[in-house]
Amino acid sequence: MEISGNGDQITADILVVGGGIAGITAAIEASEIGKSAVLVEKEPFLGGRVAKMNQYFPKLCPPLCGLEINFKRLRFNDQVKIMTLTTVEEVTGKPGDFEITLKVEPRYVKDDSPDFDEYVEACPIEVPNQDNFGIDMHKAVYLPQMAYPSIYAVDPSVVNDDKFKSWAKGCKTDIFDLDMKPETVKVKAAAIIWATGWQPYDAAKIDNLGFGKHDNVVTNVIFERLASADGPTQGKIQRPSDNAEIKKIGFVQCAGSRDENHLPYCSAVCCAASIKQANYVREQHPEAEIHIFYIDVRTPGRLEDFYASTDEDEKIFFHRGKVAEVREVSGSKNLIVAAENTLTGKITEMEMDMVVLATGMVPNSVECKPPVDAIMDDWGFLSSDTSSGVVGAGVASRPFDVAASVQDATGSVLKALQMMNRS
Amino acid sequence: MAVETKLGAYICTGCDIGKSVDIEALEKLCTDELKIPVCKTHEKLCATDALKMIQDDIKSEELNRVIIAGCSPRVKTKEFTFDNGAMADRCVLREHVAWILEPNDEDTQMAAEDYLRMSAARMRATELPEANIEEIDKTVLVVGGGMSGMRTALSTANLSYDVVIVEKEDNLGGWARKFTKVFPKQAPYKDLADSGVDELISQVEAHDKITIYKSSTIKKIEGEPGKFEVELEGASDGVKFKIGSIVLASGWKPYDPEKLGHLGYGKSNVVTNVQVEEMTSNGGIKRPSDGQVPKSVAFIQCAGSRDQDHLPYCSAVCCRVSLKQATYIKEAYPDTLVYILYKDIRSPGQYEEFYKNVQENEGVCLTKGEVVRVDSTAGDGVEIELEDTLFGENVIVQADMLVLASGMVPTTKVEDLTEGETETAEALSDDNPADSEDKEDANTGASAEAGARILNLTYRKGTDLPTLKYGFPDSHYICFPYETLRTGIYAAGAVRAPMDLASADNDAYGAGLKAIQALELTAKGQAVHPRAGDETFPDFFLQRCTQCKRCTEECPFGTLDEDEKGTPEPHPNRCRRCGICMGACPERIVSFKDYSVHIIGEMIKSLEVPDEEDEKPRALAFMCENDAIPSLDIAAAHRLKISPFVRIIPLRCLGSMNIVWIADALSVGIDGAILIGCKHGDDYQCHFVKGSELANTRMENVREKLKQLVLEEERVQITELALSEWKKVPEVLNNFMDDVDAAGPNPYKGF
Repeated sequence: MEISGNGDQITADILVVGGGIAGITAAIEASEIGKSAVLVEKEPFLGGRVAKMNQYFPKLCPPLCGLEINFKRLRFNDQVKIMTLTTVEEVTGKPGDFEITLKVEPRYVKDDSPDFDEYVEACPIEVPNQDNFGIDMHKAVYLPQMAYPSIYAVDPSVVNDDKFKSWAKGCKTDIFDLDMKPETVKVKAAAIIWATGWQPYDAAKIDNLGFGKHDNVVTNVIFERLASADGPTQGKIQRPSDNAEIKKIGFVQCAGSRDENHLPYCSAVCCAASIKQANYVREQHPEAEIHIFYIDVRTPGRLEDFYASTDEDEKIFFHRGKVAEVREVSGSKNLIVAAENTLTGKITEMEMDMVVLATGMVPNSVECKPPVDAIMDDWGFLSSDTSSGVVGAGVASRPFDVAASVQDATGSVLKALQMMNRS
Repeated sequence: MAVETKLGAYICTGCDIGKSVDIEALEKLCTDELKIPVCKTHEKLCATDALKMIQDDIKSEELNRVIIAGCSPRVKTKEFTFDNGAMADRCVLREHVAWILEPNDEDTQMAAEDYLRMSAARMRATELPEANIEEIDKTVLVVGGGMSGMRTALSTANLSYDVVIVEKEDNLGGWARKFTKVFPKQAPYKDLADSGVDELISQVEAHDKITIYKSSTIKKIEGEPGKFEVELEGASDGVKFKIGSIVLASGWKPYDPEKLGHLGYGKSNVVTNVQVEEMTSNGGIKRPSDGQVPKSVAFIQCAGSRDQDHLPYCSAVCCRVSLKQATYIKEAYPDTLVYILYKDIRSPGQYEEFYKNVQENEGVCLTKGEVVRVDSTAGDGVEIELEDTLFGENVIVQADMLVLASGMVPTTKVEDLTEGETETAEALSDDNPADSEDKEDANTGASAEAGARILNLTYRKGTDLPTLKYGFPDSHYICFPYETLRTGIYAAGAVRAPMDLASADNDAYGAGLKAIQALELTAKGQAVHPRAGDETFPDFFLQRCTQCKRCTEECPFGTLDEDEKGTPEPHPNRCRRCGICMGACPERIVSFKDYSVHIIGEMIKSLEVPDEEDEKPRALAFMCENDAIPSLDIAAAHRLKISPFVRIIPLRCLGSMNIVWIADALSVGIDGAILIGCKHGDDYQCHFVKGSELANTRMENVREKLKQLVLEEERVQITELALSEWKKVPEVLNNFMDDVDAAGPNPYKGF
C-alpha cells in the first residue's frame, strides 16, 4: 500500500524498529517491492553501530560506502517514512492489524537553517561525544560526518542548561526551539520488524580483565573508534594513558562471551573483529607485535581466508588459552596478560603496552523489549517463531556479523509479509 | 537529438553561497551568456515558498528543465524533484564552490560560472528519460527442491506469486530428508530437533501457486528478467514455460572423500559424516567391516576443509555435525567412547550451548590438535596421531571406527576440469579465445560460466551464475549479501555459502524477496540494485556499430548477447545502468537519455578556458558519484579547501568514462584530467564490479595516446578514494594540480 496519513496518524504496511543497518535494509527492501514502511530510530540519525565502525571484515572496506548507497535509495523513496528520536511506547491489535504508539522526542532544531554551520562553530558548550564513548568532547549541537537525515541534533543534556539556553536565544530566532515537547504518533501497520540491534557487553563486569581499572585496557568497540577517522584520535591508534606508539598489543578473545558468568553464548563476530583490528595495527604500526589470545578461532566459510592470511603474518601471533587475568605493571602502565592452558592449567604471562578486550554483543531487546508477546530466549534474542507478529532482524535475532544481519533483515521483510497475507 | 528545451535557473544564496560568490554576476551570466529565459535567486531555495515559486514557474513559463544552483543532490533530493516533466539539474555551488574554495576570490567566481555553464549545457543536451514498460511474467523459478528451494517457493507463493520448482531428484526435500535430526532450533539450544522437512514438503506440494517438476533439469533459459523462457529436460523433457526471475537453490555436495586418503579414507572402517547420517537412518551406526557396534569412534574435523590442498574455506557446519553425530552414538550406545579431534570448535551464537551440552557428556572426549598420521590397526581399527596438542606432545588415539567430518562443496563448483574440458569450457565462455580478459577474471567466475551447467542460460557471457572464489555464487558485498552478477537471478542456501539447514531456511526468505523485487522493479521499467528505481537504459545506435565486442565483453552483468556478426543484442532488463558499455564504446553509440558521451562532451566544451598568459590552468576531475563525490561533499562540509582550477564532473561509475572526453578536454585547452573512483582488485569496492578496474585499463590507452601527441603523462591520472578518506580529497586534487602545473600549459590551448 502507499504510505498514507501525516502528522500523528500514519498507515503503512510494516513498522521497522531500529535504524541501524538491519532496519534500514528491511525498510528499503520492503519499499522496493512496492510496500511501505515506517522506520523508527531512537537516535537523531540513522546508521546505528555500523556508522561508528572504521572498516568491515574481511574486505577492510568502509561502512560509509554501503550506507551511502542505502541513503541514496532512501533519498528518492516515497515509501519509507523515517522517524528519528522515536521509540515505541505501546502496541495493540494483532498480526496483520497492529496499532503502534510512538513517542517522538524533540530535536530542538526547527530546520536546517542556511546559516546553521556558522552558529554551531560559535557554540560555546561542549559535551562528551557519546559516539566516541565520551573520550572526547564535541559541540552540544552536532552533525556526524555522514548524517542522515542531514539535520543538526542537540545533545539532550544541555537543553536545560542556562548557559546553553542563553546562547541559543542569542542565535537567529528560527534555529532553535528549546520549548519543543515530545509528541505522540500512532501508526497502523500489518507487521512489525524488530531490528533494535545490540550493545557491547559491559566490560567493567569482567573483573579480572581490568577494564575501567587500567588505562590501557580498552574494548573492541572503543578500539574501533580509535581507528576511525572521525574518532577521538582522528584515526590514530595509540596508547590511551600517554598517547605513545603501540609496540606490543594483546587481544583477549571471548571477553565475557562463552562464559557462564557473563554471556554463555558465542557472540560470533569477535574473532573476525580482532583479526580485522590486528590488521589496523599492522597497517599503522608495522613494527608492533600483535598477540591474540583465544579459545577457538571462529571464522566460518570464506572468513577462513582472512584468518589464514593473518595467521601467516610474522608480527601477528595466535595463542590458544583462556585469559585468566589482565593486571597493570606498577609504574609503567603496561599490562600483564595471564593466559591459561585449559587442559593443563599452566599459566603463561606476557607483558603488553595495550590490551583490547574482544567483548561480545548483548541484544538491545533485553532493555528494550518488544511491547507484545514476542518469543525471546533467556538472553533477549528473538525466536524465529513469529506468531506474535514481531519478526526479528539482525542482531535482535541472533549474534550476527554485518553481512548476516543484512541477509536476515532482507528475509525479515518476506517473513513479515507472510503475516499480512494470513490476516 | 534533444527536444526543444525551456530552461530556468534558480540560484540559492543561502548556506554561504551568497557570501562566497557574486550572485548578481552569476545571474547576469545566466541571462546574457547562457540565454536562460527565467533566472531567479532566493535566500533559501529549499524553503516552501521558494519551491512553490519554482513549481509555479514550471507551470506558467512551461519550463521543462530547471537548474537548481545550490546544494549537492545528496541532500534535499525530494524537494528538488519536480513533476510535470520538468527535469532538474543540481548545479553544486555549495559543496563544489562555496564551501571548498576560498570565498570572494576571482577564481572561485570563475568556478561558480563554469558550473553554471556545465549545468546549462547538460540540460540542453539531455532528454527526459522514459521508462521501458513492458508486459512481464511474474513467475519465480526455483532451481532445487531442498530446504532453501522449498522455503523460497512457499514464502513467495504465499504472496500470490506463481512459482515453479525444478528438482533433479524424484522427490523434494534434498539433504534435509536424509538427516535424522538437526541442530537445536530453540532455547535452551541443548537438544537436537526435527528438521520439519516433511511438513514443508506437504505444504509445498499442496500449494496451488506452486508447480513442481521432479526428476528434471534445465535444458536452457533464454531471455532476461520478466521475460525468461525455460526449457526442461529429464522426466519433463521438452516442457517449456515463461518466468520472470530465478532463485538458484541447488545446494551442496560433499567433498569427494576419495581425496582424503591422507586421513585414512579407503582404509577399513573409515567413513564420512554423510555416511554416518545414512547409517543412522538405516539401522544405526555399525562398523562397515563386520557390522558390529563400535566401542570407540573418532571424528577428524576439517577433513578437507581449512586445508590449502583441498577446501581452503571452513565448511561452517562440520563441528556441529560431529557434535550431533556424537549425540546419536551416545544415545544408541552409551558405552561407546567418542573422540572429536579438532583444530577449533566452531559453534557460533547460541549453538555454544549445544557444544557445552555435548562436552559435558563424559564419554565424549574433545582433543585439539593437527592430524599427522592415520593408520589401520589389527582388528580393523584405526590409529590417529596428533601434533600441536594442548599437552605439548603428540597424542595417539585408537578407535574402532573413524569418521571424517568432510566439508561442503557448492553444486556450482566445477570439479577438476581436465585440460580438454578446460579448453571447451573457455571456448564456451568466450567466442573469442584470443581475448584473454575473461580468463584472467576470477571474479566473474569463468569456471562456473563454463561448466556448472545448472541454469544453462543462453547468455553470451556464460551459462550460469558467476561465482566467487571456491565456486560459491555468493555476493562480493558485505552490505548487499544477495548481489549477484546476473540481474533477477539470486542464490539461496548452501550453494551461496556453506551453511546449516536452519540458515538455509532463513536465507531463502531473503533470496525470495529479492526475486519478487526484481519482478516488481522490472515491471515498472526500473533498474534493480544499486541504481534501484532508475528508469533510464542504454540505447545502442547500431547502424554505426563496428562489432568490436567491447561492450558485450566488458558488461559485468552479461546484459548483451550478440548476433553472428558480433553486433550486440541488448537486454534492457538485465542492465544495471552503470554505463560501462558507454565507456567501452569507441564509436560512442551507447547513450542514456540523461547521460551520454555527447552530454558530458557538451559540458566539457562549455567551460571557459583562460588563455595561457592568464596563468589560470584548468583541469577536470571525473569522480564516481557513489564514493568519491560523497567523499568530496564531506570534505566540503568540513570546509577543507581544494584548488579552484579543478572542475568536478560526477560519473555514474568510473567504468562509464569514455576516453573521448579526455580528447575533448585537451582539444578545448584544458590542461589535465583526473579520474577518481573506487578501489579495484580482489577486494574491489566498485558497486558495478569492474568499473574502476576497466577505467584503469582504459587509462593505459590514454597514456599511449598522450605519448603520441607528445603530451606529458602526468596530465591524465587515475586514483582510488574510499568514501571514508574524505580528508585526503584536498591532497589528491592539489597534488594532481601541482603535476599539471609542472607540465605547464596544454600546448593545444587556443587551437
